[in-house]
Amino acid sequence: MTIPNHLIEARISKLMRASYGRLLAILAVQSRDISAAEDALADAFERALKTWPLQGEPDNAEAWLITVARNRLNDGRKSAASKRNVSLDVETMESDGTMPASYNTMRTEVFNDERLKLMFACTHPAIDANLHAPLMLQTVLGIEAAEIANIFLVPPATLTQRLVRAKRKIRDAGIPFTVPEGDQLVERLDSVLTAIYATYAIGWDDAPTGHVIDDRGAEAVHLCDVLVELLPEQPEALGLAAFLAYSAGRDGARLSEKGEYIPLDLQDIAKWDRAWLAKGDALLARAQAKGRFGAYQIEAAIQSVHCDRRKSGVTDWSSIVSLYDGLIALSPSAGALVARAAAVGALHGPQAGLVALQALEPEIAARFQPAFACAAHFYAQLGRQDEARHAFLKAISLSTSVPIRHYLMDRMQKLR
Amino acid sequence: MRYTFLLYSKESDFADVAPEDMGEQLAVYGKYIQALKDAGVFIDTDWLQPTMTATTVTLRGGTKQVQDGPFAETKEQFGGYFVVDVPDLDAALAWAEKCPNVHYGLVEVRASAMPDGQK
Repeated sequence: MTIPNHLIEARISKLMRASYGRLLAILAVQSRDISAAEDALADAFERALKTWPLQGEPDNAEAWLITVARNRLNDGRKSAASKRNVSLDVETMESDGTMPASYNTMRTEVFNDERLKLMFACTHPAIDANLHAPLMLQTVLGIEAAEIANIFLVPPATLTQRLVRAKRKIRDAGIPFTVPEGDQLVERLDSVLTAIYATYAIGWDDAPTGHVIDDRGAEAVHLCDVLVELLPEQPEALGLAAFLAYSAGRDGARLSEKGEYIPLDLQDIAKWDRAWLAKGDALLARAQAKGRFGAYQIEAAIQSVHCDRRKSGVTDWSSIVSLYDGLIALSPSAGALVARAAAVGALHGPQAGLVALQALEPEIAARFQPAFACAAHFYAQLGRQDEARHAFLKAISLSTSVPIRHYLMDRMQKLR
Repeated sequence: MRYTFLLYSKESDFADVAPEDMGEQLAVYGKYIQALKDAGVFIDTDWLQPTMTATTVTLRGGTKQVQDGPFAETKEQFGGYFVVDVPDLDAALAWAEKCPNVHYGLVEVRASAMPDGQK
């Protein structure tokens, strides 16, 4: 029987999107060599393209791919003599068109999902933290290095070279493909969450133009979905997933049709995606039911309060200030301090907001773009035009994002 | 104020990179240049052939001396530059951090010393 090539090709590329990470993880955990596993899997997909149109798609396509890839991995390791003893050889299947007996037993094989082990290997503390997210994107989601380079605005040859070295280190240094237990799990999970968060977050402040941001957000959501599917009981993983869902729900409202930046509290709620926000609510409720609070859950809760504006029509700034207090107590950061000051200003007025801004370390405040943007807003509200203009100019000069620059310039021009 | 970013990296890191991959490598600079232009801070840029193609000239000793090769052998080589016009060093550093070169080399930021009238 012959099946049209284009149907098989479409089927295989669909299989690749759906199963790549799961298949690669199985091979990588077994061989502890990610590069070899990638080569073997690529080879198996290539072979599928050649043989499936002639023989039909096997009943269990994933088992077929894994077997071919495993044989390929074994070929690489074993001598020609021992190779003859390998019980299952797909090559024989090709030549006479029949399936070996052992293939039938293999068909019922159920694969464990090994992607979690792969994620922990990719985010091991012995690997440069900057590579955690790119490694996970490439191995777990099967995204090409050039595309990852585009997401992170890193030159592709540089990234490719680093990914190759990192995989070599995982192999040669014997970095384990295991899921840590107990306290270790919480600690190591934090590296996975940090990498996923970085995939999402770098974009908002750093991307010089708006368009790359969307990809980043989508890939972060995808990675976090995989994580939550495999670790459904971890409150911080659920918290990050909730946070990403809220953000995804507001994607369509962040920029105007002309590409102008719109701050969260001025976004048009009609442009928010209700399904995503409901997903965020559900994930956050699941996280909070575990009774162990953490920074990602607080970040999600802050988003949740902002998004509740769609129901109540107003932003509950008092809750937002309390949540930032909690976040700062748990993990202080300049960004959180400025965001808290902005909320204090919205709640108690610009004078109180300016006082709250003083919680920033002076040497950080002197170069921190969000601090100047926030102060400019308060000075403008107080009618202190010169100070406002000065702060706007400094904030604009520190902005490398075009929509944010234009937004601030527009605000500055509205000063009297 | 005018600032020049001097871009240094190890040429040997790219010895094995195929020309078409090198094209992709340089393509990220296109985005960076566009961002600088969109922000209205871009003045000039260039990137250079490797140091092995350099020729060094001086009349310092009284006679013309032409040397095949760079002025000095260094661990990291000067490979290109950007000139930007921004209000102060903080703003210059904010842009230098975004230069693709920081991912594989380093960027030296220097303020212009040229009097305004001659720029």
